[in-house]
This record gives sequence, structure tokens and C-alpha cells, in this order.
Amino acid sequence: METPPPTPDAPDVLANTEIAVRVKDFSLWYGTFQALFAVDFNVKQGIITSLIGPSGCGKSTLLRSINRINDRLGYVRTEGVIEVLGKNVLDSDVALPQLRKQVGMVFQRPNPLPLSIRENILFSYTLHTPDARKRTKAEKDQIVEEALREVLLWDTVKDRLDHSATALSLEQQQKLCIARLLPVKPRVLLMDEPCSALDPEATAAVEELIWQLRGEYTILMVTHNMAQARRASDECAFMLMGKLVEHADTAEMFVTPRHKETADYIEGRYG
Amino acid sequence: MFKATELNLRNEQREKRWRLLFLLMALLLILPVLIILILLVYRGGPVISWSFLFEFPRNGMTEGGIFPALLGTIFLVVVALVFSVPLGVAAAVYLSEYAPDNWLTRTINLAIINLAGVPSIVHALFGVGAFVLFFEFGTSILAASLTLGIMTLPVVIVATRESLQAVPHAFREACWALGATRWQTIRRIVLPNAVSGILTGIILEVSRTAGETAPIMFTGAAFFVPFLPESVYDQTMALSLHLYTISTQVTGVPEDLPFGVALVLIGIVLSMNALSIAFRVYLRNKKKW
Ligand SMILES: Nc1ncnc2c1ncn2[C@@H]1O[C@H](COP(=O)(O)OP(=O)(O)O)[C@@H](O)[C@H]1O
Ligand SMILES: [Mg+2]
Repeated sequence: METPPPTPDAPDVLANTEIAVRVKDFSLWYGTFQALFAVDFNVKQGIITSLIGPSGCGKSTLLRSINRINDRLGYVRTEGVIEVLGKNVLDSDVALPQLRKQVGMVFQRPNPLPLSIRENILFSYTLHTPDARKRTKAEKDQIVEEALREVLLWDTVKDRLDHSATALSLEQQQKLCIARLLPVKPRVLLMDEPCSALDPEATAAVEELIWQLRGEYTILMVTHNMAQARRASDECAFMLMGKLVEHADTAEMFVTPRHKETADYIEGRYG
Repeated sequence: MFKATELNLRNEQREKRWRLLFLLMALLLILPVLIILILLVYRGGPVISWSFLFEFPRNGMTEGGIFPALLGTIFLVVVALVFSVPLGVAAAVYLSEYAPDNWLTRTINLAIINLAGVPSIVHALFGVGAFVLFFEFGTSILAASLTLGIMTLPVVIVATRESLQAVPHAFREACWALGATRWQTIRRIVLPNAVSGILTGIILEVSRTAGETAPIMFTGAAFFVPFLPESVYDQTMALSLHLYTISTQVTGVPEDLPFGVALVLIGIVLSMNALSIAFRVYLRNKKKW
């Protein structure tokens, strides 16, 4: 697949130097097993940052620490700071529903809820809108249409909004999983290998979609696929065995990696 | 190439013989069920009539119908369910959706396993001690139903927990990641998708409860009550106990009468099972994943 054509506002996006997610000296233990070692990592606002590294190096763990979805595991312990939009999300006064409203997550395996397409889109909206019940149908229709248009799914599904979401193709499911985050206007989107369950064509389509969301949302995308990181991200970070080894402009990293480990990985010398 | 040798052929012969043996054993299972049903229908069928179902027993229970026993069984089961279903489902939701893996959870699980293993006559004694005497409900529908309810609790809990756990974890994670609380996740996603399994478990449980004799014998069911129960504090007749009574305790009962009672009892149980299967098929077709 070719690199998508740069959007008109691309220069602005890259000129932005504000930090959306700031990970400072962050370590994490699963029980006695340390999975992350003093990670320092800044994710810039409005661009796509990809996170690469061999399987088991802690990419998902880092991602899942940002929206604290790992919290439910009773045996996880952390040290350090993760700031999202300037607030340390590990503080005890952080309300998880609010955090997760601002920080949406897309999973490896598309996981639409066993509801209709419409209900999937309205799910988080209903959770986060105090008087959601009282909103008119027209208002909700509007929300559904907007979200589906934004993920380029509207024309395909507009006639079957009340059909089950789990009957869609994997590509459509994954797009729906992105769409259902949008009605509550998140600032950051975390994506954990969003294309790894898809065939090459679907991967291209979803990648293109992600590229379109760039600018409006800060996107942090874990990927196993180096070609994908290279063509679909602005910056790239490389992790190895729980440590963040290198973080640079994607183009720069793939041409002139600063660390030997990065070079080795990029050239395919790890699994 | 690839021609069977002497050894292969011999093994194949053996294979066939074993297969036949196992098949016969499996077929043997049908036999008792078939015999019971045929016997019941053959001997009990002619006994059954509208008046048999809807009249009181007469003449020292040697004549007349079984209405108070039929009604009593339904009454006992319904009250038992009113007690055990909410409690069992709530406990299962806690254990499956909330409970951390700690000593308290392990203790509760152990208690459930043990509760399921307690013989029904022991439940009966517990019911007498706790409900009849200590809570002073007397021998009553309430005491008998509570005893039945406690006895069925583990089954309700286990069936519910299994249905909850059959709901893919990915759905829960998707919900949490959208900012839903655990309860919102349970109410909007987990329970609606587990309800078919839960109801199937409950219906199967009903059919088992309907046939129980020991737990109700000392706690609320009586050999003969000349009136219909009016409240949960009354005693009642029950089909299972009635069957026991007319088969062993009174003389001069026509030989076919117990078969009629047994046929009604089994009819209730089987139709409950059929209902649960039909229900499961219906809900499975509606499943969305
Ligand atoms: N829930 C968990 N409990 C215990 N260990 C885990 C858990 N999740 C991940 N790990 C361990 O943490 C390490 C990092 O895993 P992960 O973040 O999933 O890696 P990646 O996404 O880079 O493949 C691995 O060694 C993995 O075995
Ligand atoms: Mg991973």
C-alpha cells in the first residue's frame, strides 16, 4: 500500500509540539514479574505514534496502563507517572469512567458488543450522557450517522443499523469499534495491533481510516508489523524487554536508527 | 502400496467388536427410561381424568383425585424459587464478576460444593431445626419451601455462574474500556447474554425439586389435608409424598392409582425439561455472536 496522501493540515499537525501523554519513569510488575522498566515516553498531540517491538516486550502492558484497563488485575503494581492531558491518571482522585471517555481503546480482535450497530455506537454516549434517555431519536440518529461517516462505514451499513454488529465483516467490525469511541469525543485513541486480525485489504482500509483520524485525535498504535509502522505513523518508539529503547521520527528511525538493538529489530533479527 | 496386513485386519475386527459392545451399553441406557414410561402410561393412563386431576382424595385416599397434592407441589416449588433464584443469581454474579481470588471466595466456593453434596434427608433435618423450630414457621409451606430452596441453591449458583462465564471476556473488556462500570457491564451485556443458560438451569432445577420427598416430609407436607392451602403458613399435600403415602401407608388403594399419580409427577418433570430445551434452542438462535 502507498502512503496515504498528506492531508492539507498535515504541516500544522506536525508543527504541534504539545504532549498528550507523558509517561515518566514508569515501571510495572505483574506480581513479582517486572514487565516495564522505568519507561520515559512522550506522545505528541494530534499525530500517530507507533509502538513496535518483539512479542512480549511490554507494548500492550504500556498501552493498557494509560487507560488503566489493567487495574482489574489485583496483582498489578506500578511506580512512576502517566500524565494524560496534564493529569496523572494514576492519582487516586481519577474517575476511571472519565479517563476512559477521554482515552478510547481499540483492541487486537475486533470486539463489537453483541448489540445492534446503532446500539454499539450509542453505547458510550449513553454511559456518559446524564440525560441520554431524554434525547430525541433524531438527535441520536445524527450521532450515529456522524460517527459512522467518520469511519467511512455509513454508506455500507446505513440500511441495517438495527442488525447485529457481530454479523459484520472483521474490517467493518474494527471500523465500528473505532466509530463507537467517537461520540464522546475522546482526545487520545489507543490501538493495540488494530489490524493484526485482518487480511491485507482490510488492513489497508483500516490504516487509511486511522490516517484520516490523525490530527483530530492523538493516536498511539501498537503494531507488530514494521511496514505498517513505517507507512502509517509520524513517530515511532521501539521497546525491548520492558524498556523503551528509542523514540524518533518514523522516517528517521527506519533509515538511521541510533541504537544497535533498534537496527537489529528493524532488519528482522528478532522474532 | 498401503495394503492392509494380517495384523491390520485383525485389529480392524477387534475394533468392530469393541465398538459394538460400547454401542450396546449405550443403548441399554434407554431401556429403563422406556420401561418406566411404558409401565406408567399403560397402568396409570386409564386412571387420569379431569376429576382425577381436580378433585380431592376421598375415602381414606383410596378414591377421588389428587388436586390438593398437585396444587401443593406447584405452590412449594414456586415459593422455593422465589427464594432461591434471586439469592442464587446474585451470589453467582458476585462470584463470577466481582470476587477477587482470595480466601473468602475460596471458602464460599467450598461451601457451595459441599452444600450440593449434602443428602436431601440432611437438608430435611436442617429445615426442621432452622425453619420449623428456630424461626417458628411451624410445619408449613414456608418452612418446606425454604428447605427446598436451600437445597436447590447450589444448582442455581453453578448454572448461573457457568452461563455468565460463557459470555466472552472480550465483551466485558470492551465495555470497561468505554468507561462502563462493572454493574453497567453486567446489566447491559453480561446478563442479557447469559439469561438463556440461567433460565435453563432454573427450569431443570424446578423439575428436580418437584419430585423431592424427604426435604418436605418433616417441614411442611402432610399425608392428608382436607383443605387447600391459603397461605404459606399452612401445611399442604404434595404429589411426591402423596405417592409415597398411597403406595405404602394406606390399605385398600386400587393397584393402578399410584401409577396415575406417578404419571402426573413425571409428566410435570418431563414437560419442564422439554420447556427448558425448547427455550434453549429458541435463545440460541437469537444469540448475537
Ligand atoms: N495479565 C498478565 N499477567 C501476568 N503477566 C503478563 C500479563 N500480561 C502480560 N504479561 C507478561 O508481560 C510481558 C509483556 O506482555 P505484553 O505487554 O502483552 O507484550 P506485547 O504486547 O509487547 O507482546 C510478557 O512477558 C507477558 O508474559
Ligand atoms: Mg500485545
